[in-house]
Amino acid sequence: MVSNMPVIDTEKCDKCGLCISICKCGILVMGDDGVKAIESEDCSRCTTWCNTCELVCPTGAITCPFEVVLEDGRE
Amino acid sequence: MPINLDTIRGMPYFSGLDDSALAAVSRYFFEKKAVRGDTLVFEGAPAEVLYFVVAGVVKVFKTSADGKEQILHVIRPGDSFNDVPVLGGINLVSAAAMSAAVLNGIKKKDLEALSKEYPRIALNVINVLSQRVQEMIELVEDLSFRNVSGRVAKILLEHIGTGGGENPRLTQQEIAAMIGTAREMVGRSFRTLEEEGAIKIERNLIVITDKAALRKIAGIIE
Ligand code: SF4
Ligand code: SF4
Repeated sequence: MVSNMPVIDTEKCDKCGLCISICKCGILVMGDDGVKAIESEDCSRCTTWCNTCELVCPTGAITCPFEVVLEDGRE
Repeated sequence: MPINLDTIRGMPYFSGLDDSALAAVSRYFFEKKAVRGDTLVFEGAPAEVLYFVVAGVVKVFKTSADGKEQILHVIRPGDSFNDVPVLGGINLVSAAAMSAAVLNGIKKKDLEALSKEYPRIALNVINVLSQRVQEMIELVEDLSFRNVSGRVAKILLEHIGTGGGENPRLTQQEIAAMIGTAREMVGRSFRTLEEEGAIKIERNLIVITDKAALRKIAGIIE
């Protein structure tokens, strides 16, 4: 399964909080060793994949990876 | 809230100044708070204030005639925006807060007066401006000569997977690094490729809807 959450490298995260401040779906929270993506009752995953967290992160710690597929290659 | 001297010391414009000069500079600064979505600078309006981001994130963008927005830069704490026009004339781009943000601003006329009093500031201004010119030239190259969309198309073609998740996934920053451009440009290229009908973005899947068209954009001759 393709993950539904942004990928976070806590080693690289310097806890600046910028990604949390811009995230519209509110799934990012600060944990002890950096940002975490949480699942909550009403938002079980990052709903928009807007990539803004990746864009604003100064250290490249948070990313929203894509998989590339062919349309006719799908079921 | 008074402006912190250390914050000012860290700004490239005021590096190398002694404490008394910094104190003089700090008197001209004012603080501005913004909420997400606030437009801070309007393209085409006279440029009156140079801003430094203290907290939060600001996007610098241009809006096309049909209302599409192109983010040119993301300004993080410690960086400034509106540098070039504040020394010239009108705002070349717009800027808006992407999150709640705190800014330190200094008016154009005050910056000019300070530069006369402290020649070191004038020298710093020249350094900042030459860096900005460099960044602009890189952006112009990306926009006009480098055919970023074509190279993004090529990378997408090289990474076609099955959708099962076993293929290495791509991030915009990886693509940016592979083709030597800014992350902002990759997002723009995705939109261009989507408009051309070659791909469709479905959350975290990039679906190639017209492989032949994508190959053409990538410059692959059949
Ligand atoms: S992709 Fe957008 S919505 Fe999802 S976590 Fe990042 S900023 Fe939030
Ligand atoms: S923006 Fe990047 S470095 Fe800052 S808190 Fe988020 S993941 Fe960590």
